[in-house]
Amino acid sequence: MSGKPSNVDAAHAGVEGQHDNSSIRLFGFWVYIMSDCVLFATLFVTFAVLHASYAGGPTAKQIFELPGVLLETMFLLTSSFTYGLATLAMRRGARGELLAWLAITAVLGASFVGLELSEFRRLVLEGNGPQRSAFLSAFFTLVATHGLHVSCGLLWMIVLIGQIARKGLSRTMSSRVMTLSLFWHFLDIVWICLFTFVYLAGVV
Amino acid sequence: MNDKSFGGAAHGSYRSYTLGFILALVLTGIPFILVMTAALPVTALLVTIGAFALVQIGVHLVFFLHLSRSSEQRWNIVVFAYTLIVLAILVGASVWIMYHLNYNMMPMNAKMLP
Repeated sequence: MSGKPSNVDAAHAGVEGQHDNSSIRLFGFWVYIMSDCVLFATLFVTFAVLHASYAGGPTAKQIFELPGVLLETMFLLTSSFTYGLATLAMRRGARGELLAWLAITAVLGASFVGLELSEFRRLVLEGNGPQRSAFLSAFFTLVATHGLHVSCGLLWMIVLIGQIARKGLSRTMSSRVMTLSLFWHFLDIVWICLFTFVYLAGVV
Repeated sequence: MNDKSFGGAAHGSYRSYTLGFILALVLTGIPFILVMTAALPVTALLVTIGAFALVQIGVHLVFFLHLSRSSEQRWNIVVFAYTLIVLAILVGASVWIMYHLNYNMMPMNAKMLP
């Protein structure tokens, strides 16, 4: 089923059948993303409830460093844009260009995860790990869940780059690229809520 | 490779991605500058950055996820609208309940503090 070149796919099932299949898959993934929204909402609510429970520990204002957060935001935002350019290249059938944009997106995503890990490392070394206060537990859970999603997206992207490089740009592959596109843009939207309601609102 | 081969999601154009990216940069930059320079009183600042976030989410949905009211997207929109209702109940009600719980569990003298 998967990984066949497009002409073989087209020979086995009509173009319309493939079209429907890919739409249904994308719709199913959209439903998953919406359920992921609910997961993030529960973590956001937990953070909202506990955001001032410092237990004598540091406050949000004392430990958040906005320039680093701005840089993280820029990495993720730009990666959303470059992923868009990747899908445009795919529609033109330009495989090399698609692979290049996907690789750039992956590097930007990895930079984001790297910055986030270094922020976590700094906090833990300063003695402000998740066990310090309810505020920090909620903060680490929320931000790390997002970071874990981005990491999974990265892994998926790397596998996809390998598959496209090896097997070419089949219909199955392009459907996978579009699915990951939904996931990647969705994670950027979650990050908007994160930098606004956790970091910026914490420092205000 | 014609346009119709990859259905399901609406496709963007170079123009829509670029426009979305520029809008997103502006909508990210302004709240960061406002907070870093503490340009407004606290409440006004919170309301402003919240508003910027909502607008930016809208920009991402339209320019990056290409959510539209076209017939191809109808079910995506239906699921999205349902999720918004769930989120509103989940977030609104939880914060409301916990705020009142917090308030009512406080010792009397703490309530009198400013």
